[in-house]
Amino acid sequence: MLYRMINPPEISWIAILPVLLLSATAMLTMVADLWTDGPDREGLGWIGLVGLMATAIAAVALWNTKLTSFAGAVVVDRYGLFFTLLFCVAAGLTLLMSMSYLEQTDIRTGDYYSLILFSTVGMVVMATAADLIVVFLGLEVMSIAAYALAGIWRSQVRSNEAALKYFLLGAFATGFLLFGIALLYGVAGTTTLTGIAQTASGATAEQRTLLIAGMALMIVGFGFKVAAVPFHAWAPDVYEGAPTSVTALMAVGVKSAAFAAFARIFMHTLAVMSPDWSAVLWVLAVLTMTVGNVTALLQRNIKRMLAYSSIAHAGYLLVGMVAGGELGGSAILFYLLAYTLMTLGAFSVVIALGRRGQPNENLEDYAGAGFRSPFLGMAMSIFMLSLAGIPPFGGFVGKFYIFSAAVKSGYIGLTVIGVMNSLISVYYYVGVLVRMYMTDGGVEITQPSSRPYLFATLVVAVAGTIALGLFPSTLFEVARQSFLALG
Amino acid sequence: MPLLSLIVFTPLLGAIVLMLMRADQHAALRRGAFLFSLVPFGFSILLLARFTPTEAVFQFTEKAAWIPSFAINYALGVDGISLFLVLLTTFLMPIVVLSGWGDIHKRVKEYMVFLLLMETGMLGALVATDLFLFYVFWEVMLIPMYFLIGIWGGQRHIYAAIKLVLYTMAGSLLMLVAIVYLAVAHQQQFGQYSFDLQRLLEFTLPVTTQRWLFAAFALAFAIKVPMFPLHTWLPDAHTEAPTGGSVILAGVLLKMGTYGFLRFAIPLFPQAAFEAMPLIATLAIIGIVYGALVCMVQPDLKRLVAYSSVSHLGFVMLGLAALNTQGVQGSLYQMLNHGLSTGGLFLAVGVIYERRHTRLIKEFGGLWAQLPVYAAIFMVVMLSSVGLPGLNGFVGEFLILIGAFKAYPTGTAIASSGVILGAVYLLWMYQRVMFGPLDNPENQKLKDLSTREILVFVPLIIMFFVMGIYPKPFLSRMEPSVQATLARLEKKLAETGSSNQVAQR
Repeated sequence: MLYRMINPPEISWIAILPVLLLSATAMLTMVADLWTDGPDREGLGWIGLVGLMATAIAAVALWNTKLTSFAGAVVVDRYGLFFTLLFCVAAGLTLLMSMSYLEQTDIRTGDYYSLILFSTVGMVVMATAADLIVVFLGLEVMSIAAYALAGIWRSQVRSNEAALKYFLLGAFATGFLLFGIALLYGVAGTTTLTGIAQTASGATAEQRTLLIAGMALMIVGFGFKVAAVPFHAWAPDVYEGAPTSVTALMAVGVKSAAFAAFARIFMHTLAVMSPDWSAVLWVLAVLTMTVGNVTALLQRNIKRMLAYSSIAHAGYLLVGMVAGGELGGSAILFYLLAYTLMTLGAFSVVIALGRRGQPNENLEDYAGAGFRSPFLGMAMSIFMLSLAGIPPFGGFVGKFYIFSAAVKSGYIGLTVIGVMNSLISVYYYVGVLVRMYMTDGGVEITQPSSRPYLFATLVVAVAGTIALGLFPSTLFEVARQSFLALG
Repeated sequence: MPLLSLIVFTPLLGAIVLMLMRADQHAALRRGAFLFSLVPFGFSILLLARFTPTEAVFQFTEKAAWIPSFAINYALGVDGISLFLVLLTTFLMPIVVLSGWGDIHKRVKEYMVFLLLMETGMLGALVATDLFLFYVFWEVMLIPMYFLIGIWGGQRHIYAAIKLVLYTMAGSLLMLVAIVYLAVAHQQQFGQYSFDLQRLLEFTLPVTTQRWLFAAFALAFAIKVPMFPLHTWLPDAHTEAPTGGSVILAGVLLKMGTYGFLRFAIPLFPQAAFEAMPLIATLAIIGIVYGALVCMVQPDLKRLVAYSSVSHLGFVMLGLAALNTQGVQGSLYQMLNHGLSTGGLFLAVGVIYERRHTRLIKEFGGLWAQLPVYAAIFMVVMLSSVGLPGLNGFVGEFLILIGAFKAYPTGTAIASSGVILGAVYLLWMYQRVMFGPLDNPENQKLKDLSTREILVFVPLIIMFFVMGIYPKPFLSRMEPSVQATLARLEKKLAETGSSNQVAQR
C-alpha cells in the first residue's frame, strides 16, 4: 500500500497550460509526421506555429495571475510568462525560417519540427521552474533536443561534429550544474527556490561557504549554456556546424532560457548573496564581452562571427546581472527580446543568401549583396546596426537600459568597458555592411520575396527591431512588471 | 503647427517616398529629392520669420513623453544658437542635392535616400532639447555619411568610411555614458531621472564629477569638430567622400561638434569647462597654425580644403574658448561662414574633379582662360574662405579675434598668423590652378559651367555678400541666447568663486 503513504501534491493544470499545449503540439507533429507523404514537411511547421500561437495566447491569458503547481515546484508568474512569450516568438520565427531552410538543405525529416518544439518546452519549463530539480529537468529537455538538432543534417560532417561536441561538453557542464544543485540542497535541505532563499538569508558562516561553492558550480553550468567566457569554447564550432536555423534557435532560445533560470536563481533567490557572486560575474562579463568582440573581429565565416557576437551579447547581459536591482533585471528582459529579434533576423539573412548546395557563409560571399537584393541589404543593415547598438534600433535601447542600470548601481568602470566593447563590435558589424555595399561580388541571390516563409521572418524581425527602438517604453514596462513579479 | 517636427521629418518622409520609387528612374528620383529638400528649407524660412529675435529661451518648443520610465521626452526647441544652423542645413541641402544631379550616376536612388536621412539626423540633433533624443539623432546622422563615403567614395573609400565611424563612435559612446551618468545623478539628488537640457542646466554637480563628464562630452565633440590632434579622420573622409558628402561633412557635420560644445558641454559643466578652456584654446591655436601649414604643402585640392577646415574650425573653437560675447558670437557666425565657404570650395573642387577625375593641383593651370565663369565663381568662394572684408568670412574671424584677444592675447597673436597663412595657401592654390599657361591638353577640352552648376553656386554667393555686408540681422538674433548662455555660466562660476576671472573678460 505504498501509494497511500505518498501524499500527491496538488496540481494546478491551468498553471502549466502553456507547457501542456506546447508538449501536445510537439507530440502531434511527431504523430502527424507518420501520415505525411512525400519529402515536404511544411505542414508540420504550420502545426507547430498554430501550437505556439495557442501557447502564447494561454500565456497572455494567465498574465494577471500568479499560480504555483506541483507543490511549488513550478511557478507561473509574469517573469515566467514573459519568457514563455519570448520563446514562442523565437521558436515561431525559427519554424518559419526553417520551412524555407529545410527545403534548401534537403533536411527532410519530420523530427526536426518536434525537436524544435520539445526544445521550446524545455525552455518554458526552465523559465517557470521554482525548484532546482525542475530547472535541471527543463535544461535537459531543452538541451537534449538541441544536441539532436545540431546533428540533424546527417550528411554534413560538420553537423555531426557540432552535435558530438555540443553533447559531450554540454553533458560535462550539466554535471557542474547538478553538483552545484546538490551542494545547495546540502545546505538548505530542500531544492525549492523559496527554501533556499530562506536558508541563504540566515546562513551561518559554514553554510555560506557551501552556498558559495554551490553558486560557483552553478555559474559554470549556466555560463556554459549562455556561452560566457571561459565556458564558451564550444559555441563557435557548434554554431558553425549546426544547421543555420538551429544555430539561430540556440543563439536566442537556449541562451534566453539559461538566462531566465540564471537570473531567477541569482538575482532573486540568492539576491542576498549578491556581494559574493557579483564580483565573479563582473569578471565574467568583462571577459565575455572582450573575448567575444575581439575574436569576432577575426572571423571570416558569418556564422562564426555571429557566434562570437552572441558570446559578446551574453557579456552585456551579464553586465545587467551585475548591476542588479529592478532596473538591471528589467533591462535583461528587454535586451533579450531585442537580441532575439535582431539575431534571428541576422540568421534569416544568412539563410536567405544561401542556396541549395552552396551555403555562402563566408563574408566574401556577401560582396555586393546589398545592391543585388535591396531588401536583404536593408534588413541586414538594420540587424547589424542594431546589434552594434546604434540608434534608432532595439539593440541600442537595450544597451542603454543595461548600461543605465550599471551606472545606477555605481559600476562606471564596467560601463565604460562595455561601451568600448560596443565600439569594437561596430567594426565587425559594420564590416558586413562594407561587404554588402562597398565591394563587388557575383554570388547569385534568390530574391527573398520568392521565399514567402523567409520573407515573413525577415519582415517580422525588421519591424520588431525598429519598433523596439522607436517605441520601447511599453515593452520595457512589461519587462519591468515581469521582473518585479519575482517579488 | 509643430514646425520643428515638420522641418526634421520631411526629409525622412522624402527618403521613404524615394525608397518606394523605382531605382532606374534617375530623373524622377533627382527631382523628388530636390523637392523634398526644398520643403524643409521653406519651413525653416517660416521659422526664421516667426522667430522672436529678442528672446533667449527655446522657441517653437514641442514636448511629448517618449520613454516615461526614464523621463525621456521627445523635446524640440530652437533658440538663437541653433536657429541659423538649422537654416544653414536646410539651405545647403538643396544645393547638395542639385550638385548630385551631375556627378552621381550610379545608385542615384540610394544616394538621395541617404542624403535625406542624414538631413533628418542633423536637423534633429540641432533642435533636440533632450539629451537622449540628441544622442539618437547624433548617431543617426553618422550612418548615412558612412554609406555616402563608403559607396560613392574615392579609391580608399572603405578605409575612410570605417575610420569616420570608429572615430566618431569612440567619442560618442563615452558621451552616452556621461549622459546616463548625468541623468542618474539627477535621479539620486531629486528622485527622478532627467534628460531634459533645461532642467539639467539648473543642476550643479561637484567639480570632480564635472571634470569627468566634461571630458567625455568634450572628447565626442572634439573628434567631430575635429580638434587637433583628433583630426586625422577628417582629411581621409573629405578626400574620399563624393562632392555632396564633403559639402555636408564640412558644412554641417563638423558644426555639430562646435555646436555641441556651446549647447551642451560648456553650459552643463561650467566649472570644468572653465578650467579646460586654456587647454582648448591651445589646441585650437595649434590646429589653426598646423592646419594652415599642412595646406601649404598639399598637392591634392580636396585634402587642401579639408585641412583648411581644421584651421578654420580652430578659429571657431578659439572664439568659444574666449567665453565672451564677441568670441562666442563670432564663432557662431564663423560656423555659418565656414559651412557656406568650405561647402562652396568643395563644390568648386567637385566641378573640376567631375570633369578631370583628378584632384592634383599640378594637373591644372591656366583654367581661367578655358573656364572664365568657373574661375570667377571659384574666386569669390575662395576669397570668402580667405576672409576678405566685405565677404562673410571677415566678420566672423574679426569678432573671434577681438573676443579671443581679451582672453588670450599671446595665443591670439599667434592665431592671427593663421589668417595670413589662410590667404597664402588659398591664393597660391588659386594661382596654380587658374593662372599660368594652359598647357595640359586635357584641360584644353574642359567645358565651362552649365546653368545647373551656376545655379548651385548662386545662392551661396548671394549669402557671402549678404553676410559680409550686413551681419546685423544674424548677430542680433544670436545675441540674446549667447548672452543668456554666458550669463548662466557666469552665475554658476560665481557660486564657486571663479567669477572674477570671468569678469576680467
